[in-house]
Amino acid sequence: MALWLYVARRLAVLVPTLFFVSVLIFSLQQLLPGDAAVALAGEENDPAAVAAIRARYHLDRPIPVQYGLWLGRVLQGDFGESLRSRIPVRELLASKLPVTIELALCSMAIALLIGIPAGIVSAVRKGTVVDAAANLLALSGLSVPHFWLGIMLILLFAVRLGWLPASGYVTPWEDLGRNLTTILLPSFVLGTGVAGVMMRHTRSAMLQTLGADYVRTARSKSVPERLVVLKHALRNALIPIITLGAIEFGRLLSGAVLTEQVFAIPGFGKLLVDGVFNRDYAVVQAVVLVSAGLYVLLNLGADILYFLANPRLRGST
Amino acid sequence: MSATPVVFAAPAVAVGRRYKAARQLARRPAAMIALAVVLGFVLVALAAPQLAPFDPTAIDYRAIRKAPSAAHPLGTDEVGRDVLSRLLWGARASLLAGVIPVTIAVALSVPLGLLSGYLGGWVDGLIMRINDAMLSIPFLIVAIALAAFLGPGLGNAMIAIGIAALPTFVRLVRGTVLAIKTEEYVEAAQALGCSRRRVALRHILPNTLPALFIQVSITVAAAIIAEASLSFLGLGQQPPAPSWGSMLNAAQRYLSQAPWMALYPGLMIFGIVMALNVLGDGLRDALDPRYQ
Amino acid sequence: MRAILTALTAILLLLPCSAQAQSVLRIGLNDDPDALDPTISRAYTGRLVFAALCDKLFDVTPDLKIVPQLATGFEWAADRKSIVIKLRPGVRFQDGEPFNAEAVRFNIERHQTTPGSFRKSEIGEIQSVDVVNDLTVRLNLSQPLVPLLAALTDRAGMMVSPKAARALGDKLGTQPVCAGPYRFVQRVAQGKIVVERVADYWDKASFAVDRIEFVPITDSTSRLASLRSGDLHMIERVSPTDLAEIRGDAKLKVVGVPELGYQMIPLNVANGPKSKALADARVRRAIELAIDRDTLIQTVFAGEYIPGNQFVSPASPFYNAKVPVAKRDVARARQLLREAGQPSLAFTLIVPPERDRQEAALILQAMLAEAGITMTIQSQENVTMLQAGRRGDFEAYFTFWSGRPDPDGNIFSFTTCKGAQNDSHYCNPEVDALLTRARQVADPGERKKLYDQATELIQRDVPRLILWHRRVFTGLSAKIQGFTPYPDGIIRFRGLRLN
Repeated sequence: MALWLYVARRLAVLVPTLFFVSVLIFSLQQLLPGDAAVALAGEENDPAAVAAIRARYHLDRPIPVQYGLWLGRVLQGDFGESLRSRIPVRELLASKLPVTIELALCSMAIALLIGIPAGIVSAVRKGTVVDAAANLLALSGLSVPHFWLGIMLILLFAVRLGWLPASGYVTPWEDLGRNLTTILLPSFVLGTGVAGVMMRHTRSAMLQTLGADYVRTARSKSVPERLVVLKHALRNALIPIITLGAIEFGRLLSGAVLTEQVFAIPGFGKLLVDGVFNRDYAVVQAVVLVSAGLYVLLNLGADILYFLANPRLRGST
Repeated sequence: MSATPVVFAAPAVAVGRRYKAARQLARRPAAMIALAVVLGFVLVALAAPQLAPFDPTAIDYRAIRKAPSAAHPLGTDEVGRDVLSRLLWGARASLLAGVIPVTIAVALSVPLGLLSGYLGGWVDGLIMRINDAMLSIPFLIVAIALAAFLGPGLGNAMIAIGIAALPTFVRLVRGTVLAIKTEEYVEAAQALGCSRRRVALRHILPNTLPALFIQVSITVAAAIIAEASLSFLGLGQQPPAPSWGSMLNAAQRYLSQAPWMALYPGLMIFGIVMALNVLGDGLRDALDPRYQ
Repeated sequence: MRAILTALTAILLLLPCSAQAQSVLRIGLNDDPDALDPTISRAYTGRLVFAALCDKLFDVTPDLKIVPQLATGFEWAADRKSIVIKLRPGVRFQDGEPFNAEAVRFNIERHQTTPGSFRKSEIGEIQSVDVVNDLTVRLNLSQPLVPLLAALTDRAGMMVSPKAARALGDKLGTQPVCAGPYRFVQRVAQGKIVVERVADYWDKASFAVDRIEFVPITDSTSRLASLRSGDLHMIERVSPTDLAEIRGDAKLKVVGVPELGYQMIPLNVANGPKSKALADARVRRAIELAIDRDTLIQTVFAGEYIPGNQFVSPASPFYNAKVPVAKRDVARARQLLREAGQPSLAFTLIVPPERDRQEAALILQAMLAEAGITMTIQSQENVTMLQAGRRGDFEAYFTFWSGRPDPDGNIFSFTTCKGAQNDSHYCNPEVDALLTRARQVADPGERKKLYDQATELIQRDVPRLILWHRRVFTGLSAKIQGFTPYPDGIIRFRGLRLN
């Protein structure tokens, strides 16, 4: 009951937030240099064609009217059509979002596979060389510019060694094997940053639980150390790790922008960057709005997880 | 900037804590090394004209994409410019891109956060709604959108990054204000009839500083990466002036023919960002009571 | 005996496979085409897809002669103000509708009346279309215009099914129905476009590939990687920097031909107050002489492009060989500047944020500096730059023209006094007269003489610097046979085989 109230309240806040997001995007794009209609008209720049484009996309109407028209359609689930390809933006979103989600999921998997064990080890061996090395690695993962790491890995694995393709993404249902080989490098690149974050979260959560009463009790009962760490300490440390993981997942979706650019993965981020460069207003608006919505929902999901996992919080609401 | 006199007007408690913090920081070798590295980068940026063997924009169309040699220790780029010289001068763009957006963000967020947290009511509501809206769009996406809207250029990229970083700072300042507002000395000052403005500036602001410092060091690092990202996409530094991000943009085209063009700018970004993050960790450990 | 049995079994097993195996040709496009409707299509990559989907009234040969495709012949009226076109009998659109004179009239009217049509300006001179009989149409023009025929070799000459166009309206581009050798199957947004061979196409014997997939990959490194891995069989407009890699791969080959267009820098001759610096023809000639095009091409494009100075490439039959690319002469450039009273000339070149032109601009800057000319580079977003060009808010800007098969399309609107794209505001009545006359003459030899004279006049005035012609490179898998490159860069599928 309390949970539903909480979720409902959070969802209610989502509406004005997204409304402000839409107003922000709409007013900002008016600053975009270069006339979208002229850009679309191509090299001959025929005035009649430019006027027709303006009329078709209501670019000749006052901005508040444009906004009203757009909002009215969006509320009916219609994001309009791409100015450039005339493909409905909804279809573009539907075909791009799964790609980025796949990339984000794979990155998350890699991040967890590296981050959690490293965090556990460094917490258990606090203060040793292993701890220091794990910390250094985590910091490196956080500090390395992803797109550069991507370029370097392409240089090594694709150009020099020729083991993995530099790009050429295909969907899993077209060719699963090739899909996995093309997604491996970008997932690793994107996963390194999150791995660093996850390692640090795991470490501090583990340090807390390792010092907790029930762990001490378990130890005093001479439960094997391995079991103490994995069963008692880790299980309890997992709650904050999962919560933070959900938030990090939201960030991965945006972190994908440059990685998709470097590896030419036709995902959400690439859609955004191409949209920006082609002055494809409808696409940019939709991508930003949807990613904002997703981000907020993921954060909400994280909060709900936290709420559910934390009995004390549940009692107080 | 304008915060400097305020620091000296801060209550004795805060000053004492700061000295302690400085000593705390000095005791951490990693943080000290990082500080030295950051200062090294600053020195390189300042002394770029003296250190650079060549003019970073001097084109030599007879020596394009030459591999590292005695004359050009790090090779030459696609139009025959010396990569080392561009790297050294590029430090300026990157450091500026780290500092200026953060300055923008701090300069705008401190008054906004103070207003929002201290006044409450509809002012708070409005500021926080807009802030939430901006926070709900991922940082880099805001920066890309803004940079595209403002037009390509280093200045515009820095403004875009500054605005994109703004909401985190506003939320931070407001949160600290809300936490301190109810503390005894603030209530005492209010009871003594101090003006709201005076209370905000003399008592509340200094206490937001530690958290602000930590956020600043993290954000400078994030801003440097953001500038590199924007320049990589062609939305930042415009030619012929060098920046590490735009050097990487150019390098991507010649990855197999001239890999040295891609290697060094990335290493530089990595180095400075890593140093700033280590420093940020050290600062947090030293300043944040929860970590002591 | 056993060996024979095994072989027989193998053959038996393979037979049904090879009988059913479809040949699928996968082509990498540099970007995702826009709407696949010939009337509103704008993107270049769309034309590559149309080459499979939509036949045109006419086509060009590799040496730019006009040949019939959906037409069988044409005849100009004596005053060159109307043309009679005979149509191919027995042709059907991909939905089974007949292709006839009525369909031609429908298509031309559609090009002219659809809001947002990009064809309207290409065939604006057609005033009316008469259906003479079921397989004959007459186009009536507002003025004598021989180059009009060339427009019908591209999208303006493509014919869509009137029935489909009426049914789908402005959504035709999502499901195009034309009269080409391949029909539209499916389009995955920014993923791929699939077409398959039409079984009852009138010339089906000339098309061996069963299915074609067009895959847009914007990143050139990935396109190349996909070609090398065998995922793609062809990639279009290969970047010169990628050539070495293709040439070093035994499984691949690369074919290049000079493009129809050119890269150019319009100079502000008389368009508003910003024309001050470059108003003097001697100054403009000095700039021309300070540039070493060969070195420029060598440096930026590894010598793969073609230095140019005219509105057609040196490979074109319309190139005037008596006016070759000027040799660099810095001393003469300085002398001209002194004569013009501008020994320390300074001007600004606007360059859009695009790598090729930015690199070239940097090299040009260095070359001009050696002649005492200070050229400042200003980076400006492409559309903003083009709009500034139209307004006269420039001294020089770096742009290109994609090129047209008929020479008229590469010069008339740029160099005539009232030309729509004459941003320089260059005006020479003699040139105007020659170029207008060239529109009214049907004989190529006669036209060449007129263009030669115009080129000689223009070359003295240098209203714009034409710098180079790209070479259109197509990267191919060695499995592909029967490929002929065309200067327009469009792949013709006739005779193409995949082994």
